[in-house]
Amino acid sequence: MKSNWRNKYKPANLLLAAGAAFSGAAHAVNDLPGGPAVRQLNLPVGVTRIAEEQYFLHWALMILCTVIFVGVFSVMFYSIWKHRKSVGHKAANFHESVVVEVVWTVIPFIIVILMALPATKILVAQKDTTNADLTIKVTGYQWKWGYDYINGEGEGLAFISTLDSSHRAMSDAGAKGDIPNDYLLKVDNPLVVPEKQKIRIITTANDVIHAFAVPQFGIKQDAIPGFVRDTWFRAERTGDFYGQCQELCGKEHAYMPIHVKVVSAEDYTAWVDVKRKEAAAKQDDPNKVWQLPDLLARGERVYAANCAACHQANGKGAGPIKPLDGSAVVLDNDHSKQLHILLNGQNNGAMPAWRQLSDTDLAAVATYTKNSWSNKTGQIIQPAEVVAERGK
Amino acid sequence: MSAVLDPHGHAGHAHDDHHDHHAPTGWRRWVFATNHKDIGTLYLLFSFTMLMVGGVLALLIRAELFQPGLQIVNPELFNQFTTMHGLIMVFGAIMPAFVGFANWMIPLQIGASDMAFARMNNFSFWLLIPAAIMLVGSFFMPGGAPAAGWTLYAPLTLQMGPSMDAGIFAMHIMGASSIMGSINIIVTILNMRAPGMTLMKMPMFCWTWLITAYLLIAVMPVLAGAITMTLTDRHFGTHFFNPAGGGDPVMYQHIFWFFGHPEVYIMILPAFGIVSQIVPAFARKKLFGYASMVYATSSIAILSFIVWAHHMFTTGMPVTGQLFFMYATMLIAVPTAVKIFNWVATMWQGSMTFETPMLFAVGFIFVFTMGGFTGLILAVAPIDIQLQDTYYVVAHFHYVLVAGSLYAMFAGVYYWLPKWTGVMYSEARGKLHFWWSLISFNITFFPMHFLGLAGMPRRYADYPMQFADFNAIATIGAFGFGIAQVYFFLFIVLPAMRGKGEPAPQKPWEAAEGLEWEVPSPAPFHTFENPPRLDPTATKVIG
Repeated sequence: MKSNWRNKYKPANLLLAAGAAFSGAAHAVNDLPGGPAVRQLNLPVGVTRIAEEQYFLHWALMILCTVIFVGVFSVMFYSIWKHRKSVGHKAANFHESVVVEVVWTVIPFIIVILMALPATKILVAQKDTTNADLTIKVTGYQWKWGYDYINGEGEGLAFISTLDSSHRAMSDAGAKGDIPNDYLLKVDNPLVVPEKQKIRIITTANDVIHAFAVPQFGIKQDAIPGFVRDTWFRAERTGDFYGQCQELCGKEHAYMPIHVKVVSAEDYTAWVDVKRKEAAAKQDDPNKVWQLPDLLARGERVYAANCAACHQANGKGAGPIKPLDGSAVVLDNDHSKQLHILLNGQNNGAMPAWRQLSDTDLAAVATYTKNSWSNKTGQIIQPAEVVAERGK
Repeated sequence: MSAVLDPHGHAGHAHDDHHDHHAPTGWRRWVFATNHKDIGTLYLLFSFTMLMVGGVLALLIRAELFQPGLQIVNPELFNQFTTMHGLIMVFGAIMPAFVGFANWMIPLQIGASDMAFARMNNFSFWLLIPAAIMLVGSFFMPGGAPAAGWTLYAPLTLQMGPSMDAGIFAMHIMGASSIMGSINIIVTILNMRAPGMTLMKMPMFCWTWLITAYLLIAVMPVLAGAITMTLTDRHFGTHFFNPAGGGDPVMYQHIFWFFGHPEVYIMILPAFGIVSQIVPAFARKKLFGYASMVYATSSIAILSFIVWAHHMFTTGMPVTGQLFFMYATMLIAVPTAVKIFNWVATMWQGSMTFETPMLFAVGFIFVFTMGGFTGLILAVAPIDIQLQDTYYVVAHFHYVLVAGSLYAMFAGVYYWLPKWTGVMYSEARGKLHFWWSLISFNITFFPMHFLGLAGMPRRYADYPMQFADFNAIATIGAFGFGIAQVYFFLFIVLPAMRGKGEPAPQKPWEAAEGLEWEVPSPAPFHTFENPPRLDPTATKVIG
């Protein structure tokens, strides 16, 4: 049974980590525009009016709370200073006063009401998702995001957005050396939206609860399987903006970032156009009969983007993740076995279902596993088989 | 000199002809314990052990988070650590510790000979041992410990291995233990107070536990419901939380947090009670506004039932729901503020000394209030949208639970240790423990506010580089804090348990009031076997 621990030498790793830190090995990190800043102390001002209002409300409340805190504790520290036995102060006798109790109940009550008024206004504005210019459905998967443009310019476009696999590998390797500023925030396909338009985000999920959040927009919405929720934003500037999944969703919870690219209206139109052409070209014909080398090349790319994070580039898995190299299911002549797992998942979702990949992608990756590492079955799975398996 | 006290302790009973048992010795004394002092000691030692286990998990978490990148564990194991740290601390450390205080102090403070149901008391404690073994042992089950966060949200819990079922079973057992303990406390307080001790003359610690016990009885069954539904969804074909079968994952959250919110008040009200005893003792002045404190505590308890969905602001409830829960949550700040003011008014114009119990009590007031303010900020729903599930929340609840509940417990230990053990702790060591804990605590958790505001999510094994510095600081503080508690055990608790230290007088604290100070130090095995006659204030025994 493979160990859950990173490797046998964890004490050495700990010392290494401590040593690296104390050696002042600066990773030379910079702020990420549109993402977190180094040693950031406060909320981001953001690029939407809602985010700005949240920022100002937070400042107002912090100042109010600080004033009250300083007031109350000045009294307390004064008392600690002056009303000590060691300076000879004698204890007074009073121990109740209805008037005082009423006063210091009513005043906080009023303060709390005053705080609630601007908060109500902002909350109501946050919830108003009507009259959106563009509607995008965001689906949380274990462990990536799917974006579907369902209404407005770009309608019909759909793609998956996954953490850059080199970043995932960097994490496994301990984030040593030169780490980019967008570490753990870079994706293959960012969500692209036009600026200065009201974008309605509908969230749902495929498996467990996730949460879609972009701090610079001031939005966060749980993505709940079987249900739809929504939120909205209107970005007032172009740029790249980042967020991360904000609801524990399993082992790769930290590895499903959100990258939203806000572009001008013209750039958006151009992007939509390009994406439509790509989508048309990518329409794989599920009846095409592939040759092994082509399919393997395709499968290798699919594997790297989807499977390597868990099953490792060498196919050996780790801990509870089963190895594919030498796996009986993979080597089996009966392709159904492996395809069934790919389409439906296994172990209650610990191995997720990959239904959303295209028939060609699934055929390619299964073929790749059957012919890589020490697996040399020579078997090939055509997309048509996947179509048939789906139909079962 | 009162004739009602048993001056012989547990050794000789020759002249007592109204009971004819031998005081048990050896292992039987502990396994068959029915004495509230012994059971109190068992609870306290158990909870300290769990504090250490939970603390080790915390240090593993912080060690991994010291730097970006995965150095020590894979994310799956990391999530197991965060989950079990939470479950062990909440159910294994904080809650049993307060029950330990209740067992030791309530009968003494009300002039009762023991708890109402002495054998059920024993059962309540010993149930915790198999539960704890199952909980901690779940790490060694196939697939490891549950990794769904201590809140165990569905449907993620449906993906967990067999340890999830063990965890559910353990929590059922602990829930049963809490419910039985609460019944015991309520019946004891309502029925066994010495004549003349009306409810409004009872010590504040008893009041806060009375209210807490009602909260426990009300909400533990709700938790049991939520985790049972999870169990049946996992194994018996139900679809409570599985949308594919018509269920609703958010319903789990409603049920869980209907338990969960009163639960956090369960974990703080006894702390309020301890602080309300200690501050007057060291200010040499009666608690300001006793009645108001009772009403404020009751208001907090009642309000705690109607605020649960502030944990769910981002689940997508209608705006009216968000507004209601925001208003109700902000409202709880009012009685809490009243309590803070009353404590400060107790100190005002007092004649204070700052022995270790008072240091921890004043430290509690200061740092708990910080946690209270961050709670108020989180209550404001538009801001919560940014902060939900970030490290700001982690900072908030550690401020109120560690700097709140745990500090109050330390205050209580230092305050009552002379009564329990008969020896004084070393004041210099106590002060060292206090300052070391306070400073390292703040180094650990204050930076987490910044991390949360900057957007760092919770339950992340790795994080973007920009969060590195504050994470490193937090880790250093955490190790400092952990070592401070080991110091506490080795250099305060152990020597006292072994009887090493200055012999303690019956009332080591000049202005302490309460019936516990009317019995010798250490308190004899049996106290108040006959109800004492009390003076009009119900704080002194008279002839």
